[in-house]
Amino acid sequence: MNEPTGELLLEMYVRMLRVRLFEERARELFANARIPGFLHTSVGQEAVAVGVATALRRDDYILSTHRGHGHLVAKGGALRGLMAELYGKANGICHGKGGTMHIADVSVGYLGANGVLASGCVLAPGVGLSIRHRKSDQVVVTLFGDGAANRGPFHEGVNMAALWKLPVIFVCENNRWASTTAHALSTAGASARPAGGSIAARAAGYGIPGESVDGNDVLAVWRAVSRARARAAQGPSLIEAHTIRWVGHFEGDGQAYRGKDEVAEGRRTDPIARQAALLAERGLLDAAGADDMRRRMSAEIDDAVSHAEASPLPEPHEALTDLFAEWSWRE
Amino acid sequence: MARVIEYAEAVKLALQHEMRRDDRVYCIGEDIVLGVPFGCTKGLIDEFGPARVLNAPISEAAIVGSAMGAAMTGLVPVVDMHFADFVTCAMDEVANQIAKSRYMFGGQIDCPLTLRMPYGIGRSGGGHHSNSVEAWFVNIPGLKVCIPSTPADVFGLLKTAIRDPDPVLVFEHRGLYRVTGEVPDDDAVVPLGRAEVKRPGRDVTVIATARMVHESLTAAERLASEGIDVEVLDPRSLVPLDRDALAASVARTHRVVIAEEGPMRGSTGAWLAWVVMEDSFDELDAPIARVAAPNVPIPFSPPLEAFVTPDADDVVAAARQVMKGA
Repeated sequence: MNEPTGELLLEMYVRMLRVRLFEERARELFANARIPGFLHTSVGQEAVAVGVATALRRDDYILSTHRGHGHLVAKGGALRGLMAELYGKANGICHGKGGTMHIADVSVGYLGANGVLASGCVLAPGVGLSIRHRKSDQVVVTLFGDGAANRGPFHEGVNMAALWKLPVIFVCENNRWASTTAHALSTAGASARPAGGSIAARAAGYGIPGESVDGNDVLAVWRAVSRARARAAQGPSLIEAHTIRWVGHFEGDGQAYRGKDEVAEGRRTDPIARQAALLAERGLLDAAGADDMRRRMSAEIDDAVSHAEASPLPEPHEALTDLFAEWSWRE
Repeated sequence: MARVIEYAEAVKLALQHEMRRDDRVYCIGEDIVLGVPFGCTKGLIDEFGPARVLNAPISEAAIVGSAMGAAMTGLVPVVDMHFADFVTCAMDEVANQIAKSRYMFGGQIDCPLTLRMPYGIGRSGGGHHSNSVEAWFVNIPGLKVCIPSTPADVFGLLKTAIRDPDPVLVFEHRGLYRVTGEVPDDDAVVPLGRAEVKRPGRDVTVIATARMVHESLTAAERLASEGIDVEVLDPRSLVPLDRDALAASVARTHRVVIAEEGPMRGSTGAWLAWVVMEDSFDELDAPIARVAAPNVPIPFSPPLEAFVTPDADDVVAAARQVMKGA
């Protein structure tokens, strides 16, 4: 496996910044009641999304989660369609029918966020079967949280993919919290960091590679996913990326269940600041360059917000469309 | 080429035809290589190989979930649910994922998959192998549901289901697998949403599904000797439903019995009764009568099982009731 080029290192930084600024803007819009629904953002977890996405090709697939905006932005999804969908507008990528937790953007291989945890773990083997049938060299990554790893579909999906040696990469985003329940209080097994059973260690039971990585280090995630991608023709891999959620489970979550130390730790290990430092060290980015980049990113997001604000709401009767490919019967 | 074959053989023949016709079609399920227990998929592996006849681990969520993953990326899966009762282990996949994928994603994806649902009461299957669960799925927007009663219908509807760009559930009553009937010819597809009059009659319309179609035909013979001329109407597909055919039949007979095998409460029969009421209230000369199972789980012991199994006697009694005063 080659080490990433300077260009790719910069690209990782750009994408993480785009995710961060998108999510921060989404939080702000939600707080100002511009976005309806239940909003889950991934502030602090950007290195996982971007480490995965930059190790993939554009035509590779991602199955995502309820905390999925970052995965889509990292995979290259258009911000306008995504933001308009968060607004519930008619020209949202899903015509306003999906919203934050049920977005797909098939054009970039993003096969759907999911409101039900670990559901992607069982969809993934089927995507793998399709890839194999088409004799393609694509892969599918399914992301899920540490909490979701305790649902049955995790076991069924990993077992099936391992049994049939399918090109699937299972990526557990361990942010230490199953909603509001600590990892240590929901997951049995050999203790990993932080306290709580190791998800990566489960790979041994299925006879597949399992790897635990620093999920706040975009390069570590990129390397692990690149290794898994390179061996995908031989079967699946399981990667556990340890990260820290800076925000609540959902917007409005008071987080009485955790102390401030953890978020402080998250900020100390901020994946974007780390990447900026690495780029500076290699002479690939200076302070002026970083400022310029942030301004450009903000402008992209401003554009998406203006687009969403200016877009029409769906006609109410559009609630009855998109159910079937064709539907000519009376209900 | 018309031939007389068993229902299970008609299932297999439809699978063979569609797998030959389209190499994206594959079968997946538990024990499907040997075709245990009903024989519908036995031998398919000889022609299509293990890549298209996938004997899956006992992982209903992964079987059904993977079918969706495959369907949304270009394949055409046919899932054998083994026993429809076991769909509870894949209910998230059916109800939340498959049914909603096209809709929630604003029409970006097709989900052309078929769920074959062997179901129904009989031979002391007991509480976990006997249930009529079609009503659950009729209640989930985004799924199409058909329930063929004859070899010709299962042949034609299964072919249609496989070719349909949306998810279709095919309920195959396990008590019908050995029933024989003529399958007209290789291209005899049956469209969804097209009911069929299985026996024409002037006095009472019995709207019946699957095994109850056969019980109703038996009942009709007995009622004929009493001078009651029964029309047996088989909706064949519940979603979409051929409401016009129901209304046309009621307009001929003015009396309706609805016969199903599942429990009475919150059932497809209850819904069909509302459809008849909405479309044909002015045509009705008597209240609608319903035949269904009592609201208990299906018991094991033969006399208990027989007690809760709706049959021709129940249809006869219901038809006499709606004919009172005629």
